[in-house]
Amino acid sequence: MTLEEVRGTLDAEWLGRRPSRTDSIGAEVLSCHASDLMSDVLTSRGAGSLLLTGLTNEQVVRVAVVSDFAAVCFVRGKRPQPEAARLAEESQVPLLVTPLSMYESCGRLYTKGLPVGDKAKEAASCRKK
Amino acid sequence: MPEEVTKIQEMVYELLVREVMTKEVISVMPSTPMSDLREILRAKRISGTPVVEDGALVGMVSIEDFIKWLNDGGHACPVADRMTRDVRSIYDDEPLVQAVNRLERLGFGRLPVVARDTGRLVGVITKGDIIRGLLRHLEVDYRTAEMRGARSSHIFEDIQADRSTVKLEYRVRGGDFSRGGASAVKLKTTLLRLGVDPQTTRRAAVATYEAEMNLIVFTQGGRIAVELGADTMRIEVEDQGPGIPDIEKAMQPGFSTAPDWVRELGFGAGMGLPNIKKCSDRMRIDSAVGKGTRLEVEILMEHQGEPERDSAQARA
Repeated sequence: MTLEEVRGTLDAEWLGRRPSRTDSIGAEVLSCHASDLMSDVLTSRGAGSLLLTGLTNEQVVRVAVVSDFAAVCFVRGKRPQPEAARLAEESQVPLLVTPLSMYESCGRLYTKGLPVGDKAKEAASCRKK
Repeated sequence: MPEEVTKIQEMVYELLVREVMTKEVISVMPSTPMSDLREILRAKRISGTPVVEDGALVGMVSIEDFIKWLNDGGHACPVADRMTRDVRSIYDDEPLVQAVNRLERLGFGRLPVVARDTGRLVGVITKGDIIRGLLRHLEVDYRTAEMRGARSSHIFEDIQADRSTVKLEYRVRGGDFSRGGASAVKLKTTLLRLGVDPQTTRRAAVATYEAEMNLIVFTQGGRIAVELGADTMRIEVEDQGPGIPDIEKAMQPGFSTAPDWVRELGFGAGMGLPNIKKCSDRMRIDSAVGKGTRLEVEILMEHQGEPERDSAQARA
């Protein structure tokens, strides 16, 4: 599933710069992590995934950067705080806003076949002990 | 700056006219009425155009010629009557420096470009084309250099020594939640620039992020020191208190003493230390209540040649 397909599935809109085909991050979305708990998100294998969240602070973007998320999508039409938007622009993290709830967003993506995070064929973000 | 100037000088000799010229040439025929010229120049936003007959360049006509024509009464006549016939052109395979010199010497705004073999008009070159072309090539060069830097500069292969380390230090202020993770993001950028592989970088960044949040949430602040060796990365995080009373408990996933405000911001789920452990190859934590905590993390660096399936997703 490409980022653009994710956007369509979620009836979402791009915030700021829309990622182009040439972006390394613009390619495939490997899975999705849906959470408002960044502590949990940080323990997951985020590389190449979509981060679906209701949190709008800068930390969301930093977590996305640190874990190599492909994009962040804010649910319920929430817009990121200005500092978060600025940081995303700087770090080239694509941002989406969907009017849908977290539950419906997950449901649509799941139905469309976006794999569950830990089953996704992605390299480990952290080596298993 | 001197470096860029040298670079541009090189490019002026290396680039060929055909690489920077405008290829979609707007031209007129000798039979085009002079009165049509204004609309053609205005619509295309150009100040002059080649005059072409059967593909061959027969003249140039410019806005200056047009003004002179108006001045002389503007009597209906074809372009052929007012155009400059003594056309200076340039071949498409000449180096850019020739175009620069010729434009300068002749005081022209543009030169028609002709193919050497067929003698046909293939383009037009202006000073604007030259500047744009140079900038574009400078940028391409810069990008190539940057990509090389981000992807495969192996700083340790360049260093000639029996042992070498790079030390990076970050200071973190306690309570400064809005800056939380800023050091981890900086570290990540730096490691990638140093040519550390994306997977190792991610592990280090996540571990550092967690440690940084701990400093911010629980302490008055502290120091993160990262030591980069040839095959090991060591991350040391130190603070001056309050210390962890029961490390074993703190290591349990889900155990947290984080205040509510931190939880509301999406943190404090009790996953910090366990996650640091997960990201590291070796972890050691010493803490004394009232004195402070010292965390040591070691990450064995991935070696080149190992499959890195998600490198395409890794943000440079």
